[in-house]
Amino acid sequence: MISVRNLKKAFKGSEVLKGIDLDVAPGEVVAIIGPSGSGKTTLLRCLNLLEEPSGGKIRVGAIEIDADRPLKGQSGLIRKLRQHVGFVFQSFNLFPHRTVLENVIEGPVQVKKEARAQAVERARALLAKVGLAGREDAWPRRLSGGQQQRVAIARALAMQPDVILFDEPTSALDPELVGEVLATIRDLAEEKRTMVIVTHEMSFARDVADRAIFIDHGVIVEQGEARALFSAPREERTRQFLSKFLLDRQA
Amino acid sequence: MISLQLIQDSVPFLLKGAGWTVVLSLGGMAFGLLLGFSLALMRLYGYQPLRWLSRIYVSFFRGTPLLVQLFMIYYGLPQLGLQLEPLPAALIGFSLNMGAYTSEILRAAIASIDRGQWEAAASIGMSRAQTLYRAILPQAARTALPPLGNSFISLVKDTALAATIQVPELFRQAQLITARTFEIFTMYLAAALIYWLMASVLAHFQARLEARVNRFEQDS
Repeated sequence: MISVRNLKKAFKGSEVLKGIDLDVAPGEVVAIIGPSGSGKTTLLRCLNLLEEPSGGKIRVGAIEIDADRPLKGQSGLIRKLRQHVGFVFQSFNLFPHRTVLENVIEGPVQVKKEARAQAVERARALLAKVGLAGREDAWPRRLSGGQQQRVAIARALAMQPDVILFDEPTSALDPELVGEVLATIRDLAEEKRTMVIVTHEMSFARDVADRAIFIDHGVIVEQGEARALFSAPREERTRQFLSKFLLDRQA
Repeated sequence: MISLQLIQDSVPFLLKGAGWTVVLSLGGMAFGLLLGFSLALMRLYGYQPLRWLSRIYVSFFRGTPLLVQLFMIYYGLPQLGLQLEPLPAALIGFSLNMGAYTSEILRAAIASIDRGQWEAAASIGMSRAQTLYRAILPQAARTALPPLGNSFISLVKDTALAATIQVPELFRQAQLITARTFEIFTMYLAAALIYWLMASVLAHFQARLEARVNRFEQDS
């Protein structure tokens, strides 16, 4: 579904991603973990070109972006890729001037030129699915953070994407609201949707993801079956990073 | 003494002048907004030379008196072979001047919108133009409306300067009547009241428009 080769990103001379290779199979849930500044969010943002890679190739389905060539000439292709890749932001980024329902149908109607009635019908179903039936006409600011994030998930789903990327989807939430968002993502995982999740929620990553990837200093240090990686990391650096989590479990 | 008869006789002239004041204000604002929006986009997203061009333009038209700009256009341009009638000359002058002010207002308002909004729109496949139109401008309008309204009201009052280049607008009509009747205070007071009325109507619409664009912020 996703195939990334030799992905590089440099910010003003410092290399944040040092040639990442990554494949995600259809229906696979991949969790990306790592310390702050490790490049995990940058990697995720490069996947749908919110961040412009300095080099490498990114393929989603049949669409390939070649970051070794100038990206300006590929902007049409990039927009096409984004229609197949849902993105859920840490800070939700709902459109505050549109109602919940308008947020969800914006992409289908404006970008995919779907019939409004059809988009509305699907949006209502999606909002019901994320537990927000009845809030269609609310303004985003009237919702809690957890509700806003679930609207954002519905907005991403409305595009009927092949893959959904989550960038620390619960990091901006009050602790008591984290659970509802994680439960929503868990439901999606059970539907066998292809997802890549950058998260600090270690037990969630272990339980929901098929595969976990540990990134540090812009390289993949270790990856493998999620349960195995969390219970018995092979690399010293991974053990170090997971030590607090592992200790908590033993306690 | 204030003479009611004189006011009655003068009203048609003053209203005719007020009509031109409205034309100059609406025209200056409309063209000024178009120009200002283009200048703002040039400054925000244009190539480097366009950015500089936009900056220099704004700096010049905000940094020189409007009266001098009007004189350059009406009295100066004929020397360069471009003779304009008073009304088009005034309209061009006000539009160019408003363009500079509105571009700064729009630029600041657009720049104030969180980057996350651009990214959210991009993430569902929107183009930059679509994002600007569907996501950014409706939110920027909130920030821009109060200062735009203030500029508009200033413009209404500044159109009195067109009297100096022979446009028969409100102030010019008052001057002409004064010259004939010597009812100086009465006539200028009448003109002032008409300006005040126009500014008040504008302020009223501004308030209603602001309430409308702010509706998503309010508690429901």
